[in-house]
Amino acid sequence: MTQQQTEGGDVRLTGISKTYGSFTAVHPLDLTVPQGSFFALLGASGCGKTTTLRIIAGLEDTTTGTVSLGGRDITDLPPYKRPVNTVFQSYALFPHLDVSENIAFGLRRRGIRSVGKQVGEMLDLVQLGDFARRKPHQLSGGQQQRVAVARALINHPQVLLLDEPLGALDLKLRRQMQLELKRIQTEVGITFVHVTHDQEEAMTMADTVAVMNGGRVEQLGAPAELYENPRTTFVANFLGTSNLIEGRIVSTGTDVVVAAGGGKLRLPGGRCPSSAESGGKVLVGVRPEKISLTHTDDAAAIPDGRNRVAGRITDSSFIGVSTQYVVESPAGTALQVYEQNIERDGRLVPGAEVVLHWNPEHTFGLDAAQHIHAGAEALEEAA
Amino acid sequence: MPVLRWIRRNLVVLAGLLTLAYMILPNIVVMVFSFNKPNGRFNYAWQRFSLDAWKDPCGVADLCGSLSLSLRIAFWATIGATALGTMIAFALVRYRFRARGAINSLIFLPMAMPEVVMAASLLTLFLNMGAQLGFWTVLIAHIMFCLSFVVTAVKARVMSMDPRLEEAARDLYAGPVQTFVRVTLPIAAPGIAAGALLAFALSFDDFIITNFNAGSTVTFPMFVWGSAQRGTPVQINVIGTAMFVIAVAVVLAGQLVANRRRSNARK
Repeated sequence: MTQQQTEGGDVRLTGISKTYGSFTAVHPLDLTVPQGSFFALLGASGCGKTTTLRIIAGLEDTTTGTVSLGGRDITDLPPYKRPVNTVFQSYALFPHLDVSENIAFGLRRRGIRSVGKQVGEMLDLVQLGDFARRKPHQLSGGQQQRVAVARALINHPQVLLLDEPLGALDLKLRRQMQLELKRIQTEVGITFVHVTHDQEEAMTMADTVAVMNGGRVEQLGAPAELYENPRTTFVANFLGTSNLIEGRIVSTGTDVVVAAGGGKLRLPGGRCPSSAESGGKVLVGVRPEKISLTHTDDAAAIPDGRNRVAGRITDSSFIGVSTQYVVESPAGTALQVYEQNIERDGRLVPGAEVVLHWNPEHTFGLDAAQHIHAGAEALEEAA
Repeated sequence: MPVLRWIRRNLVVLAGLLTLAYMILPNIVVMVFSFNKPNGRFNYAWQRFSLDAWKDPCGVADLCGSLSLSLRIAFWATIGATALGTMIAFALVRYRFRARGAINSLIFLPMAMPEVVMAASLLTLFLNMGAQLGFWTVLIAHIMFCLSFVVTAVKARVMSMDPRLEEAARDLYAGPVQTFVRVTLPIAAPGIAAGALLAFALSFDDFIITNFNAGSTVTFPMFVWGSAQRGTPVQINVIGTAMFVIAVAVVLAGQLVANRRRSNARK
């Protein structure tokens, strides 16, 4: 497969917004999707991610702003004139056409007569060679999904838009298709813009993730960057799980010291919000897998310089590779701790007094003026 | 009691067969009496087998003329009602406009109105407008009462259509016309075909409205009615049987094609 567009093919959204009557689906938004990247728009339902995607496809008008592709303004182009194709959430396969005619649809509409070879190649790419003459309703969900991908890709679009393409599949198939889509993207080198509410899916597949909330982009970056350095409580809670502890800043500098839950916690100054100052409030965050759990009897053995929080285990659940504990402490109720099951301490059962400790480097600070549970609720809604 | 047990076990089949017989018996009478050779003018009592009527179906004065008129009216009424009804159905399902709700219920009016009242009122309307009664007044009346049935049939189909299919077509380089011809129309086709068949059947055998508004023109149902007063030619049964056989053949052919397609798709 050849790459059609080698010069700058970035998708650039400038100040785009969408309002329906008094409801604002998308607030004025700037977004650049670099050519050839796998870009995910991640958010709960109703956050404006699908509207943004449909604006790129041309299926939705913008209220303000412009859409450009490789430097060309395509804001006023109808969808059938844009070098952009979509994989719909419900696949939207044409029920009256068989698999190969579904895939050939785009080529035929552009007046290409001999489509057999290209359709054959596409069927091989998505491993559906034996199903060319089937009707869509005779295929399983995963097969339909692959037809939808093939139908879009055969046109060599500059950008492929995927609207929750794996939402209707069961978990195992979804994992398989995630890898499959990633493989196809690497193989064809086309820009993929993927809309999803599944944070794991976004992190597995995308090079860059834009987390959306309430019609705005909360944060944009590489998956690891977003996970390690969330800038808002929404991102901290929506992308994985975070323990957020409310505290008051004691001193600032290279290391920020925070008084929380009767103890002191340290975190790197660079990972604190810029507004942080002595005496101000801050939310101290740490991911559950960064925390170690030690029984209080052995607390003396914990090396110096680690952040410590004392507490009592209220719940534990064994999930194979790890054990998840819920710990109650003065610093905050329901702190989550994930421990690898390497050397399990038999004393770590509900009711046990423990010390949670972790490397201060793994601590991040967030502006305390936000809702501490933002994003966690969105996650529940999405699920 | 083995007999009782047998009856109990096959009750559903028996009930089905009885219902089927109830429906088919009149048709069989029509067929059988098309081979009759009656004494006198009335074809009401079986005399003896004969192919006379089948050999000369147009042997009765005006019969084939009225038949061809009925077919022509039914053809044009079907075209008119299907075209208009399809457009109305799409408008009602796909677009939001003022008075949409009112139109939705007004569409049912011709179905709800007693036919004989509507027939008389239509005649009043035509006479007041000074229209010449005949082919055109009958055609206008037929399109009018067929419309509601077409709209109902097509609307049901359009409502079950996923609007994303048309979005997908537009996304795949099909302009508005291509989208309609390649996607919308083929998917709506079964609904449109059902509406058209219904319209044809309704128009072809309508008597009441036609009788009021035809003036001196005579359609096939009017011919049958008229001749029933004086005597019923066997040819009427011949025409009826032929229509029945053609209809059944069309349905069977349709099913055969559908089956063939389905088994091809499985290969």
